[in-house]
Amino acid sequence: MRSGHGGQRQDPRRDDQATAAAPPGRPGGREPARNAIAAAVAEAHRREWAFVLAATARVTRDLDAAEECVQDAYVAALDAWARQGVPRNPGAWLTTAARHRALDTLRRDRTLRTKLPLLIVPDQTSGELDETGVEGSDVIADDRLRLIFTCCHPAIAREAQVALTLRLVCGLSTAEIAKAFVVSEPTMAARVTRAKKKISAARIAYRVPEAAELPDRLDAVLTVIHLLFTTGHTDPHGAGLLRPELVERSIALARLLRALMPDEPEVCGLLALLLVTDARRATRTDERGGLQLLENQDRSLWDRAAIAEGGRLVIDALRGGRPGRFALQAAIAAVHAEAPSYADTDWPQLLVLYDRLLRAWTSPVVALNRAVVTSMVDGPAAALEEIATLEQDGRLDGYRYLPATKADLLRRLGRCPEARQSYENALALTENDAERAFLEGRIAEMAALGPGPAAG
Amino acid sequence: MAQYAILIYEAESGYAGGGEAAWQQAMEAHGRFAGQVGERGGKITGGDALEPTATATSIRGDIVTDGPFVETKEALGGFYLIEARDLDHAIEIAKLCPAPYGGVEVRPVMDTSGG
Repeated sequence: MRSGHGGQRQDPRRDDQATAAAPPGRPGGREPARNAIAAAVAEAHRREWAFVLAATARVTRDLDAAEECVQDAYVAALDAWARQGVPRNPGAWLTTAARHRALDTLRRDRTLRTKLPLLIVPDQTSGELDETGVEGSDVIADDRLRLIFTCCHPAIAREAQVALTLRLVCGLSTAEIAKAFVVSEPTMAARVTRAKKKISAARIAYRVPEAAELPDRLDAVLTVIHLLFTTGHTDPHGAGLLRPELVERSIALARLLRALMPDEPEVCGLLALLLVTDARRATRTDERGGLQLLENQDRSLWDRAAIAEGGRLVIDALRGGRPGRFALQAAIAAVHAEAPSYADTDWPQLLVLYDRLLRAWTSPVVALNRAVVTSMVDGPAAALEEIATLEQDGRLDGYRYLPATKADLLRRLGRCPEARQSYENALALTENDAERAFLEGRIAEMAALGPGPAAG
Repeated sequence: MAQYAILIYEAESGYAGGGEAAWQQAMEAHGRFAGQVGERGGKITGGDALEPTATATSIRGDIVTDGPFVETKEALGGFYLIEARDLDHAIEIAKLCPAPYGGVEVRPVMDTSGG
């Protein structure tokens, strides 16, 4: 992750900023050069979209208008960079171009402005442009945190927070987001439009929360990124188990947040969690796309570099007392990832971590995962008691991993008919094809074994 | 500063069951709330308590019916109009608004002045 966009401002109308890539001022650029420019613009779209949009929104004080100006700037870049070469700092070039466009539009349309209230931008001074479009200082402020916290404001519904983050922070099109979440494009468009309208009409301020509210607000941001990751990691409906695009976007977002908030342990914990979990990506399915359980995964195929980076981040995240839920989840994932084999995993250490996690975050899903660890420390029978408590609790009704976990414990105890029934209960709740195939296999296995003790 | 409405939704049975004491307590709580809004940098510009929904009359077109427009367990029982910096500030204020038998809804007031 590059640091900052400081340095000198780059004016898109000046030719002398050009660097290599295409020879400046030579008309009718050859095709390979064209392709290189298109690739540079696409790269800038992936890397700089959030930076450019966040800075432009502070000028337009309207998210829709900002999006239009930024899109125009990217289109303009295709031509300008072909003529002048790719600028040294594409983000700054695009920001200046988008802000000039915004300023022009503001001047022209002053009377045509929408009736909706303008985005509330506290601490406006540093973002004001004078009439020449030059900012007070030479540095374009990094507004990406404002943008991220605005997209994930608690007054916006979670699914809309997710959609807005992909649209505004990642620059994905509505069609791409709709596809990722398996909803129709008009549905997703309506969701995004409604959320943007609420930001403006309800006056959700375009700002980073103050220290007192930061923990809660940050948790919402981390939850959104984590949700993106898990959605990409286990497609709840489709045939495949993975949607790599969402996984990569979520990791990029976590990296961005880590660069912008280096002192927040939970940000560190989230990035670690995503890296260590994704390090096992190659082994989560077998060659036919079937589900591969942790105990059967080929650990030599895990991404050791990602695990090592995650491990270092976990240490940072746990530093400074009272670790949060992402730091602890990351620590748990790291214990699994660093174990030489399933059998040689440090299960007692995991039990300690799960108990700390339950204190930080009383979630029945965490309690369910703890039961699996209990089964490895104290045996499946002890774990079944924890499962019974969760069944009575009721909050996990309809959650497919509850009957699936129970089935596995019963299978290990050799209670095949009961195990089969639980596998069938899990199957009834599962839509993902890979997971269904796995459960059907277990059901057949249980039917074949019939009642009686089994090795486990 | 922007204008917001704080709409108070409560189960009317709460006050009916609590009698005079419940009402007295609520009045005192609202008195304290008025002071807190100012301390937090906001301003109350209007508001009132409403008589219970049993006194309501609803009109749709030409049809006049006895009762509230929508029957709900928690009914609109009062409102404030406030000025706040932004939604976060309005929510901070609304969290202080007494509503022991329900909760409140914050709605931005539309700017109809044009421009």
